Amino acid sequence: MAKAKPRVKAPKKAAKGDIVEIKTLVSHIMETGLRKGKDGKIIPREIINKFTAKFNGKEFFSVDLEPAVSANPYFQFNMRVEEPGEFEFVWNDDDGSTYTAKSKLKVT
Amino acid sequence: MRELSRRQALALGAAVVTISVVGIDTAFAAEDTKAMIDKFTGGKAPGEGGVTISAPEIAENGNTVPISISVDSDMTPDSYVKRVLILADGNPRPGVATFNFTPASGKAEASTRIRLAKTQNVVAVAEMSDGSFKQAMAQVKVTIGGCGG
Repeated sequence: MAKAKPRVKAPKKAAKGDIVEIKTLVSHIMETGLRKGKDGKIIPREIINKFTAKFNGKEFFSVDLEPAVSANPYFQFNMRVEEPGEFEFVWNDDDGSTYTAKSKLKVT
Repeated sequence: MRELSRRQALALGAAVVTISVVGIDTAFAAEDTKAMIDKFTGGKAPGEGGVTISAPEIAENGNTVPISISVDSDMTPDSYVKRVLILADGNPRPGVATFNFTPASGKAEASTRIRLAKTQNVVAVAEMSDGSFKQAMAQVKVTIGGCGG
């Protein structure tokens, strides 16, 4: 079920040695497992539990998330630019789904 | 009246202490936070300094509180921040997130938005590549709690 749409803000061009800033956002309710529904029963937990940022296939930053991360998880982080290539961002859902976004980077 | 045996006196004392504990939720949350830090550091005491938590002093909405963590480091393969554990010591469960860095991160800095159930401390514990740990703490006052009522 495609319920989580990712959005990424990453530079398209940078110089070697630059430390660039990347922002990512994915729409997801991040159900904590602590809320009760109208029937009084606990709504089961359903969150994004892992976010991974890779460049040319190699992980450079990741986050292990708990239910205390707000709905629509947002992350801002950095990467030191060494070579041109492609970013790949992956979000893992408790239910086994993964969501992905990619972005290319040129090095001047 | 016969004298209490040592065992009876201890049991009586323990019962009195248990009854007099107030705010049990808060006591458990603080215990959990300490236990999580100990598990993360393998029992080592984190040092102070070098870790900055940027968070609002007062958060209007506990459902989405912006926080930034920054750890001083050149982030070279010889000396870098491996990961930072983020805890909220007054939430039903203190664990919030762990940021995992590599030298390629360039900077040991990251931001996110978190849920805070009420006024409490956000704690950040950084693990360095040399096996040492550093921590910082920031209090955030919360006007509307973020646990969905």
